[in-house]
Amino acid sequence: MKPIILSAFLALTAVPAIACETVTAGDLTIDHAWSRATIGASRPAVFYVEITNAGAADDALLGIATTAAGMPMLHQTQVTDGVASMPHALSVPVPAGQTTALAPGSYHGMLMRLTNPLKEGDSFPASLTFQNAGEVTINVEVLSMRAEGPTCSHAGQ
Amino acid sequence: MLTRRAVILGLGGTTGAVAFMLGLGWWRSRPEAQPSAGVLPVPFGEMAFTLTDHRGNQVRPTDWLGQPTMVFFGFTWCPDVCPTTLSDISIWLEDLGADADRLNAVMISVDPERDTPDVLADYLSNFDPRIVGLTGSLAEVQRAASGFRARFEKVPQDADYTMDHTAGVFLFRADGHFGGIIDYHEDRRFAVPKIRRVLD
Ligand SMILES: [Cu+2]
Repeated sequence: MKPIILSAFLALTAVPAIACETVTAGDLTIDHAWSRATIGASRPAVFYVEITNAGAADDALLGIATTAAGMPMLHQTQVTDGVASMPHALSVPVPAGQTTALAPGSYHGMLMRLTNPLKEGDSFPASLTFQNAGEVTINVEVLSMRAEGPTCSHAGQ
Repeated sequence: MLTRRAVILGLGGTTGAVAFMLGLGWWRSRPEAQPSAGVLPVPFGEMAFTLTDHRGNQVRPTDWLGQPTMVFFGFTWCPDVCPTTLSDISIWLEDLGADADRLNAVMISVDPERDTPDVLADYLSNFDPRIVGLTGSLAEVQRAASGFRARFEKVPQDADYTMDHTAGVFLFRADGHFGGIIDYHEDRRFAVPKIRRVLD
């Protein structure tokens, strides 16, 4: 599957504007990091984010680490003959000059063995490791279970 | 979006839907349950299963006759596809306004081991209250999936498991006949008119 190009669909659902954090690492700008609230801590949670690569060289997201989960992994939801599965992704391509989204129905961080249930309004740090840009930490906003994406108060979208 | 758009375009017409259903005609976990005739979901009148809804009531497919119905397969331990589909359905129901009250909106759990009626009730309280969750014995869920030509499969993950499952939303007309499929996370500009077609 090709990396998802930034589009307006993340903004479809009206949710309260929050001060989403934007962080940079070299040529990468990372923002719109969000997750969904969970029922309890035994179910896996998700991690979504947008990564803009303004440089001339391709990069790749290699891994994710967070205190919120004991077993975070990169996954890629695939729908084959109508059947959805989400195999482990070894890396997520972050091509030069594009915005790559970890987004519903595509690449996502799968947060297994949650430390605590994720509650709407909470936030937690996640560290992303990139092949070229190295490690960068961003604050992840926990939205409601039915959220389709954050509405940030900055002019990012 | 590129991939999703390609899927939507590819399944735009009846031909696409038939091609899609051909892909569903294969049942890995229970081949003897694969019906021999046809590849489209059978009418509700020809389905035979009994499941329990999230309020504890017994539900049979013939109960849906007389009202248009949308059904999808999912499970509550699913972090990506299922909340997105339930969120989409909640948005579609709001877009349809009062017409949505004439529609049965149903989620059938493919993970009855973990999804008891109480677990479903807790989970569904986060979405549109018109969505009904169904669960039951594995055998009954398999009979249900068989009628819809849907598939699901248990997959080991970490120390636990997850479920692969048919992700589209099945639409049925009030007479209980199959009326189309909304593909996973399909744009509401396509989804809502498809639902209106089974409402009329
Ligand atoms: Cu996953």
